[in-house]
Amino acid sequence: MNARDQILARIRGAVAGAPDVEVPRDYRGATGPDAGTAEPRPIDLLAERLRDYRAIVHVVPEAEIASVVREALARRDAARLVVPDGLPPAWLRPREAEALPYETVGDDPELSADDLDRVDGVITGCAVAIAETGTIVLDAGTGQGRRALTLLPDYHLCVVRADQVVAGVPDAVARLAPERPLTWISGPSATSDIELDRVEGVHGPRTLEVVIST
Amino acid sequence: MSRTFLGMPGRALERGFPANAAVAVRDSQLRFNLRKATRTIRGKRAAVVAELPDWEGLRQAGKAIKDHTLRNLDRYLEQLEAAVTAAGGHVHWARDADEANRIVADLVRATGETEVVKVKSMATQEIGLNEALAAEGVTAYETDLAELIVQLGDDWPSHILVPAIHRNRAEIREIFQERMGEWGRPAPEHLTDDPRALAEAARLHLRERFLSTKVAISGANFMIAETGTLVVLESEGNGRMCLTLPRTLISVVGIEKILPTWRDLEVFLQLLPRSSTGERMNPYTSTWTGATEGQEFHLVLLDNGRTGVLADEVGRQALRCIRCSACLNVCPVYERAGGHAYGSVYPGPIGAILTPQLRGMGSELDRSLPYASSLCGACYEVCPVAIDIPEVLVDLRAKARHPRAERLGMAAAGWIFNRPERLALAQRAGGRLRRFVPKRLPGPMSAWTDTRDLPDIPRESFRDWWDRTGGRTGTERQDGGAR
Repeated sequence: MNARDQILARIRGAVAGAPDVEVPRDYRGATGPDAGTAEPRPIDLLAERLRDYRAIVHVVPEAEIASVVREALARRDAARLVVPDGLPPAWLRPREAEALPYETVGDDPELSADDLDRVDGVITGCAVAIAETGTIVLDAGTGQGRRALTLLPDYHLCVVRADQVVAGVPDAVARLAPERPLTWISGPSATSDIELDRVEGVHGPRTLEVVIST
Repeated sequence: MSRTFLGMPGRALERGFPANAAVAVRDSQLRFNLRKATRTIRGKRAAVVAELPDWEGLRQAGKAIKDHTLRNLDRYLEQLEAAVTAAGGHVHWARDADEANRIVADLVRATGETEVVKVKSMATQEIGLNEALAAEGVTAYETDLAELIVQLGDDWPSHILVPAIHRNRAEIREIFQERMGEWGRPAPEHLTDDPRALAEAARLHLRERFLSTKVAISGANFMIAETGTLVVLESEGNGRMCLTLPRTLISVVGIEKILPTWRDLEVFLQLLPRSSTGERMNPYTSTWTGATEGQEFHLVLLDNGRTGVLADEVGRQALRCIRCSACLNVCPVYERAGGHAYGSVYPGPIGAILTPQLRGMGSELDRSLPYASSLCGACYEVCPVAIDIPEVLVDLRAKARHPRAERLGMAAAGWIFNRPERLALAQRAGGRLRRFVPKRLPGPMSAWTDTRDLPDIPRESFRDWWDRTGGRTGTERQDGGAR
């Protein structure tokens, strides 16, 4: 018998006659979208929870995204920024054809790992954000690019639209497509491996800045 | 660094848990490190669990999802295999550690590479993959910070989540300074023991390796049968590096890590981070389905004793475990004895029930593990999938062979308790001879009194007192007489 058949046969022998179980789903968000709390609003809770992880967070009206992005990049002294396909141009430029004080780099043809290691940062959108846990989820879709783009640059600037913010984890899981590669991000890279004390900044981007549009 | 490493499996396996623990509790540095770390994490976990009003609902759902999955494990594994294959991945099955190591070594050899990067994984620890690959001329580089500390220090993991929990910052600094150069980029000069500086040293040490290594090996926290999706939770970004950059990804995963549906993640992505690192969410979670972004993907499904555990009606609940390590962090025995005393990659309360079931109770150590507990039940209370660890411990104690003196003692006690008149006689004899009972029992029975006081034997048994007085106390009798 090959390994596969033998393991399956062992399992069938082991559980023969054992009772099956019904799964009780007695938790928030199990029966439909969780409205979350009225106060604080989900976007404010998201901002608070992201700040707990030591991310830099701005909550601004949509019209102000470009100016907040520009100021953030100026504070970083960013000279080269990765911009994935499909990122709304208005996030970088309030007016078309305006000159940018930094160079933008696209990912077509694909940048090498070494190229990505040398840029000053990356700007992306996201697929979903979870207020309760302070999480943004990227699904490699439009305006996000493949996974390495938000991994190798040391600085990740992420723009979240208000309609992408959900209250809790069940709402996010329901909105996401399992066949896409997902990256759930809750703050900058961190570790608790030294005396179980959390410190930020290991292999992933050491600075996460999030702009939430109202 | 002159401190003797405790309970390194080779030595720990030769002795029982009590002997290993006796060595460990004399190490005041180890006790200090463990006390500090476990107290920190206990507080954090308690705070983030208390935030969720529906924690118990999530816990019961998690328990039931796992029980349902285990009951139908054959069906879900076949479904998973079909989904992963349809998504361009390759699925391999391994009955035991040797078979899994063979499969991985052959896959690595087929790529022509001699170096692999690794994401922290309990399954590959369990099968000794790094050692098996080394024997084939392949160097496996651990990339998780704690695993790196263990690998550089030629040490053994002592905790499921934080394998280097027994090391404090000063020790870690010394390990980095002395050993990083042998494995790659040396530690920066004038490295301090500030955790930030140590994390930075790890970043620099591994950066070049991430960018250049072509093969990665991981485990997985969850596998979704319905979609063929694998899920890895981590903090540092080393997981993302290994899962994303190399051309070939090989994941070795225990067969019990499966969940039936995508939706089930909504439960476990709440239970796991809060129980393990005490965070609302861990910094990074990656999910991928089959061959992703041009990568070649292999999944090795590992049995290695799990189907044997599944056959045990009481013990099978240990397979619900999602390796959060909350039970280690609350355990009074673990906090004092440390992880090495358990002589297994699975220490603490979950290790005490998992190791003897996976490995069998042939050795002195494995027979002693079910006793590495005061049965206080704190582990059951914090377990996010409600594994009744004390219940399994007691069940395993009954299965292990007991020492001759204990067997004789228990047989004698059974004979006495079996008949009321025998008990009454024994109690009366005990009461008369109470002055002659020694503080310590003689011969082989002295092992029992080494760690316990004999109970005081009363002058008169309860039954005799009742026969004499009819249950009335002195005062009542006086009152009764006056009436």
